[in-house]
Parts: sequence; C-alpha cells; structure tokens
Amino acid sequence: MKIQPDAAQFPLAFKTVVLAGFKAAKPEVLLNAALMLALLAVPLWAWFADEPFLITLTTRAVIFAIAGVGLNFALGFGGLVSLGHAAFFGLGGYVMGVLAYHAQTYTALLDWPFVIEGSRSMLVIWLVAILLSALLALGIGALSLRTSGVYFIMITLAFAQMLYYFAISWPAYGGEDGLSIYVRNSFPGLNTMAPIQFFAICFVLLILVLLLVKFLARSAFGLALGAARQNEERVQAVGQMPYRLYLIAFMISGSITGLAGALFADLNRFVSPTMFSWQTSGEIMVFVILGGVGRVFGPVAGAALFILLEHSLGGLSDYWHVYLGAILLGVVLFARGGLYGMLTGREAAHD
Amino acid sequence: MSFTLLAEQTLNGLQFGVMLFLMAAGLTLVFGVMGLINLAHGSLYMVGAFAAAAVAGATGSFLLGLVASLVCAAFAGVLIEVLVIRRLYERDHLEQVLATFALILIFSEGTRWVFGSFPLFLDTPAWLGGTVTLPFGIVYPVYRLAIILVGLAVALGLFWMIARTRIGIRIRAGENDREMIAALGVNISLLYTFVFALGAALAGFAGAMIGAIQSVQVGMGEPVLILAFVVIVIGGIGSIKGAFVGALLVGLTETLGRFLLPEFFKLLMEPSAAISVGASLASMSIYLLMAAVLLFRPRGLFGSA
Repeated sequence: MKIQPDAAQFPLAFKTVVLAGFKAAKPEVLLNAALMLALLAVPLWAWFADEPFLITLTTRAVIFAIAGVGLNFALGFGGLVSLGHAAFFGLGGYVMGVLAYHAQTYTALLDWPFVIEGSRSMLVIWLVAILLSALLALGIGALSLRTSGVYFIMITLAFAQMLYYFAISWPAYGGEDGLSIYVRNSFPGLNTMAPIQFFAICFVLLILVLLLVKFLARSAFGLALGAARQNEERVQAVGQMPYRLYLIAFMISGSITGLAGALFADLNRFVSPTMFSWQTSGEIMVFVILGGVGRVFGPVAGAALFILLEHSLGGLSDYWHVYLGAILLGVVLFARGGLYGMLTGREAAHD
Repeated sequence: MSFTLLAEQTLNGLQFGVMLFLMAAGLTLVFGVMGLINLAHGSLYMVGAFAAAAVAGATGSFLLGLVASLVCAAFAGVLIEVLVIRRLYERDHLEQVLATFALILIFSEGTRWVFGSFPLFLDTPAWLGGTVTLPFGIVYPVYRLAIILVGLAVALGLFWMIARTRIGIRIRAGENDREMIAALGVNISLLYTFVFALGAALAGFAGAMIGAIQSVQVGMGEPVLILAFVVIVIGGIGSIKGAFVGALLVGLTETLGRFLLPEFFKLLMEPSAAISVGASLASMSIYLLMAAVLLFRPRGLFGSA
C-alpha cells in the first residue's frame, strides 16, 4: 500500500509517524541518541572551554568507534569472529602515510608502467584506503572463509601478523620506526589542523557509516547474512551462497575499518607498524564486546567507554591494563551482552 | 654460502620448530579435548621464562630454573583454569577469545608490575656452553643442540603418554565423547584441569629454554603464540602429530627463508635491495605456507574433515 502525500493527509501521516516513533522509542533508541549527543557535546564544550586535548580524545573515540562498527558488521551480523582487523586498520593508516609522504617529498609513488603521485587530499586518501582494504579483505576472506570457527580466528590473526612483520621489515616507509607526516591532510573548505574541525569530519563520517550499516542490516543482503549466521543449510536451501554473503560482509567490514585507520593516522599525523599489531585487533574487538555484539551503535558505546577507561584508569596507575583486563573479564563472564545488554535489559541483540 | 652454514641454519630451524611444537602441543590438546581457544597460552610461556630467570638468578642453578618454569607455569595454568577458563568451556569462541585476551592484559601488566619493564637475562649454564663439532665438520652450539634433543625427548614422551598410558586413553576419550567418559566414572573436571596444566607446563618449559637464547621480557609470548596458531592451522586442530609436522615445517621455513631468500635475490639485484626484499618476503613466508596449505587442505594436513 502506498500513502499518497497530498496536502490534507500530510499532517495525519506525519502524526502517525511521530507516534510510531515514540512507540518504537525503546531504551535502545534513547540510548543511541544520548550516546551520540554526548559524543557531540563533550568536544563542543571543550571547544568553548579551550581544551583541545579533550577534543582530540573524543576524536580518538569516534575513530575507534568507526573501526568497531566495521568489525561489528562482520562479527555481529555475519558471525565472523575476525581477530585480524588490525590488518585493515593498519592498511588504512599506511595508505594515508604513504600517499602523504610522497606528496610531502614531491616524489612519485610509482614511475612505471604509469605514474602515480602522492596525495594530500583526505577524499582521495579515504577512497584509496577503502578500496585497498576491500581488496585485502577479499584476499584474506577468500582464504580464511574456506574454514570456520576457531580456524577462522587463528587465520585472520595470522594474516594481520604477516602484514605487521612486513611493515617492520620494509625499510622504504620507515620500517619499525613508522612514518611521520608534518601537516594533516586537507579537506575542501575546512582547516583540518583545527581540532574541532577535524572532529566534525570524523563525527559526520561516523554517522554516515552508522546509517550505512543500519541500512545494510535491514536490506535483503543483511537479512540473508543474518540468516546464514543462524543456519547455513537453510540459506543454502533457498539458493543463497553463504560463502559469498560472508565474503561481501567481510569486505564491507574491512573497508570501514580501513577508513578508520586512515583517519587515525591523520589524527596522529603518524603511522607505524603498531597499527597492524595483534593488540590493535584485540582492542577493536574489545570495543565491540564492551558495547554489545550485533547492535549497530554498540561499538560506539564500547569505544567511548574504552577511551573513558583509558583516560581515567591511565591517570590512576601506569599499569591500568590490569584493571582493563579485570573489567573485560567481568564483562565476558558476568555481563553478557555488553553495555547495551546491561542497559536495555536484553542479553543478545537478536535470536 | 657453504654447506656447513646451510646445515647450521637447518639445525636452527629444527631447534625453533621443536620449541614451537611444545607451544602448539598444549594449544592443540586444550582445543581438542575442551574445545577452547586459549590466547593466554603465550602468557604461560612468559611466566615460565620469568620464573626460570628469577630462580636461576637467585640460586645460580639453571636446572632449578627449569624446574621452576615447569612448576610455576603449571601452577598458573591450574589457577586460571579453576578461576576463569572452566567457565568458558560451554561458551562460544568469541567469549573465549575475549576472556583470554583479558587474561593476557592482566598477566602482561602484572609481570611488568613485579619485574619492571627491563628485560631479564637467563644465562646458559657453563656445562652447556661452548660448541660441539658434529659430523661433516658442522660446528654447533651445545645449548641449541641440547634444546633440539630435549624437545624431541619431550615430544616422544608426549606421544607415548597419549598413546600408551591410562591418562592418555582418558584424554583421547575426552576428545571423542565427554559425556560418555563422565558416565563411566572419570572425573572430567579433574581431567580438564590436568590437560590445561600439562599444556601450561609445556609452554612454560619452552619459554625457559628459549629465554636463555633471547631476552626474557613482557610480551615475549604473543609472537610465539601466533606462530603456534599458524602451526596448528597447518597441522590441523586437535592433532598432536599435525602439531609436530607443522611446527617443524614452520620452524624450517622461517629460519631458512630468512637465510636463503636474501641470498636468492642477490642473484637478481644489487645486494642492499636484495636484502630488504628478501627480508620482507622472508617475514611473510610462513603465512604464505599457511595460505598454500589452506588452499588444498582447509582443515590442515592432519585435521579430520
């Protein structure tokens, strides 16, 4: 049935929508709104109070949230427990580092068979980061999706480690020391060196990514993916190929995390092999779990909580990872469903 | 490149492989019997190395250090099995990964708290110092040769235990059907604790042996853990024989790749470029080996289909 939006009907239709909106305003929706508002309010307050460090801290949380949303797409919706998302995070970082390095030194990235120049434009860097991450995810996914379960965890971890060692032993781009960029890359119409403006870029990207994931999760593809996670045989029986669904999900997931990597490198104006390390993979997974697996906004809450813990516990003790470990252990053993599960009173996001 | 150098590198690869086997054996046993993926296995390796370094440093006896590594790692294993791991057997792999990742954080920072950030050093004892001349004029350090021999002896012992002893029978039965052996009156939770402690002791022992060649420091366990994962993926999860073959393959590929690939590229390009290309490729070689195995046998060389 189609609603004709003629003048007389419009207020009524509008009212219905608003009412439906309030009816659907479950704790989860309110939580999402509160979370996004808080993420926006903190840096705005810091901007007025002239506390640039706080803005940078929130920007970090927003970038980690994007990385987490990327992993959550594979992990929460596709059930693919990837412990190697540092591969994409690091690749995104190195795309920014390498392109900006060549632009900064006025050298070509490639002379033959065709000339590729470096770039300082964020838009170009993002695009390259997204495309290359998707390509890498295609390679890693095609191999590791031949297996499942615990094999998949170990193989994704191993491939990320391979890139880590490759970055260390490749001397052209700094090897173990990493690569510094003097000036943050440019975005048309904005001064990216101003913390609040760079924050705005990241925040808008986070919203776009969240909308994309929300849209994908409700699309035919997302439904087929969720069905494949729950019962592969049935999905196969209705003519879908789980392998292909997983592979596409893995590519989308990898490219989102790759974008986050490019932003993270731009935030620090520095990229090093640490971005490829297994700890990074673990931390991205922690964002997802702390927030709640399979919820679109879960990783946002997880990343914000992680940064909050890092900041508050880090001031308490140099060994704050002990406390982080204890909290994490507590969440896994006793508070299944993460922050979202606790606050909205449901353990699992679905099924 | 001479024959003796090649032989020496092959022995180094063998030595590395044998130590990887000690790590991988524990991981694959724990997965095979309890269905648990344990990221904290690398921490047990580290615990063994630190215990050995501390005790050997205090008493001056390397052997006491080795004993301490076994005891401390096994004790740490029992402790985390009873407190944490036991609650994870029925959970899915994601939660196991997260909880054991949390354990890594606690172990690593806890060790840094106690021992500080500077690496410790564990000296090889005088009676294992020096070199020995093997047939064909190969000169090789005694200590590394001892690692190979001890490692092979432990591997043989493990095979014998699994195949021939009562506890081995129970372990294999536990892999196949845990309800059935529980119904037959075997204390399954005790068996699980034993298997976990056994894997922990093997990892700790490997940490102590390697600690005398490399420095003993926080975070030493995780790179080895990831290599052990590669070993298991190549060998097939749950198979001790697969872990052995995979460990030797990975050890030899890693060591010989690092040695041969730069030499090979020197034939094609100028030396400095050859060394950097060779080193980068060598760092990827074992993962390429893993990818190749996956292409043909997704369940590993000895994995059950």
